[in-house]
Amino acid sequence: MRVLIPGISGVLGQRVAKRLLDQGHEVIGIDRRPWPNAPAGIELHDVDIRKRAAEDVFRKRRPEAVIHMATVTHLVERTEERFRINLGGTRAVFEHCRDWGVEHAIFVGRHTYYGAAADSPLYHVEEDPPMAVTTFPELSDLVAADLYACTALWRVPNLVTTVLRMVYTLGPTGHGTLATFLRGKRVPMVLGFDPLFHFMHEEDVTSAICLTLEKRVQGVYNVAGPAPVPLSVIAKGAGRSMVPLPEAVFRGMMGRFGLPKLPPGALSHIKYPVVVDGSAFRKATGFQYEMPEMRCIQDYEDAFPVLR
Amino acid sequence: MSLFIDSEIAARVERLELPWNSYGCDPYGASKEYLARAFTAFQFLYRHYFKIGIEGIEYVPARGRAMLVGNHSGGVAVDGAMVIASSFFEKDPPRLAQGMAEKFMARAPFMGLWSTRCGQLTGLVETAEHLLNDERLLMIFPEGARGTAKLYPERNSLVHFGSGFIRLAMKTKTPIIPFGFVGGGEAIPTIANSVTLGKLFGAPYVPITPWLLAVPAPARLELTYSEPMMFDGSGTEEDEVIEGYVEQVKQRIAGLIEVGRERRRKALSWSSDNDEASTFTFDGKNGERR
Repeated sequence: MRVLIPGISGVLGQRVAKRLLDQGHEVIGIDRRPWPNAPAGIELHDVDIRKRAAEDVFRKRRPEAVIHMATVTHLVERTEERFRINLGGTRAVFEHCRDWGVEHAIFVGRHTYYGAAADSPLYHVEEDPPMAVTTFPELSDLVAADLYACTALWRVPNLVTTVLRMVYTLGPTGHGTLATFLRGKRVPMVLGFDPLFHFMHEEDVTSAICLTLEKRVQGVYNVAGPAPVPLSVIAKGAGRSMVPLPEAVFRGMMGRFGLPKLPPGALSHIKYPVVVDGSAFRKATGFQYEMPEMRCIQDYEDAFPVLR
Repeated sequence: MSLFIDSEIAARVERLELPWNSYGCDPYGASKEYLARAFTAFQFLYRHYFKIGIEGIEYVPARGRAMLVGNHSGGVAVDGAMVIASSFFEKDPPRLAQGMAEKFMARAPFMGLWSTRCGQLTGLVETAEHLLNDERLLMIFPEGARGTAKLYPERNSLVHFGSGFIRLAMKTKTPIIPFGFVGGGEAIPTIANSVTLGKLFGAPYVPITPWLLAVPAPARLELTYSEPMMFDGSGTEEDEVIEGYVEQVKQRIAGLIEVGRERRRKALSWSSDNDEASTFTFDGKNGERR
């Protein structure tokens, strides 16, 4: 199958591309970021997904499937550019899919869509509303991109659309929001709170995306691996020390004294859990995770040990 | 194990049939360590501090989904704590009854954390449904916060029952095991509820007792379970149908409260005639009393 991956040069994009190449697929990538030492079999296009040149890739190469991974978080991009990439880029991908005969489009989204709040349920199902727009406004562009992708389910009936809401990744690449939060030797926590964090190993994330392509399932799916684990347990397991701070102090200290800088909305995600029910995806694809929670944490610690 | 954990209790926690991960946590955030610490404290209250009579514990199933549904007898959460303790100490293997906590607890530092680690989750129908689909034992007080706010004279009465639990039980094909609880109001006799103080702590109210604080007195408590009730249907029936089922459960619980009151009255009169009330035993038809 000829597969186009916008956002191929990201950590997960590269892994998915290599896995698909190994499986015998023809892989084409679009990304402004370089991918040095990319495998010879992968065709890379250094173009912006929102520009005319990207449409030309669709026009000339006629991919059968597209895996849209060209979204960014507040950790990568802090300006209005992020809104343009996430919304403009997603719109462009689905318009090109519609216009150039793509059969299957996969949008790789995030489980933080559901937001974290004291009164939000554990184990969100796909029907749950995107409370992240109120609990964490900095995520609203990703929520909007997710919802826009969902509209392709009825706007483009000939296209098989899959929207995946993946839990955090944790593993040797150190990629993702949770891994970035754990990077320092001290992990700040809000005193009196210790939420569950739902994560999976990047190997399993890669498997889930490739399985979605293989099974060509249509619809919206939460994708989860092992059961969630409290933040303090993850931090301790990864050899970090916890720094519980009263909420008011926490707000004032972010970005100082070696603690990570976080937008104000992130606080709710450090106080309350975002946990999803991944059973619909397992049922639709037969997905089974291979890396238990301890392996994810151990691989992360091995790759990013705390220097003492 | 850590401080304040009885090794026998820790071993009993190990026997809870829950899907623990390698860190000793279950998928809902309950922790073996926190549970062992909580049940060590509960053991003192359950075995020594209160005098508690249990009847019908055999109706609590050893495995599989079930809903313990009962009354608040006043006195904050003495009733909930003792129901949880009864399924942990009297069942073999032990079972963890999981209550649905008030939402304000999740917002308060430490309160939400401790209750979650002890398997007591925020009261949301979605979470309750997920627990039942995972074959857990749920503990429901359909009176909600109205029930815990009962003053001393109202301790054995029933206030309005919500109907969500019946719809959920029908949807998930869950048996309801009604229970009646007596004595919570004697343990913590509430003479007033201070909303002003409650605001200070982020709670709806704070109960005021004759000795001001809600510290329980060593009262006699009676907990009576009865046979399961099953209601056929999908849970989408009209309100009138559901209200009829709610009324049936409410009547059953009202009857169980009377059974408990009678038992309590006899036990106390026996106790006033005998100095050995604390070692009193009774071979009841459905259970035992201490």
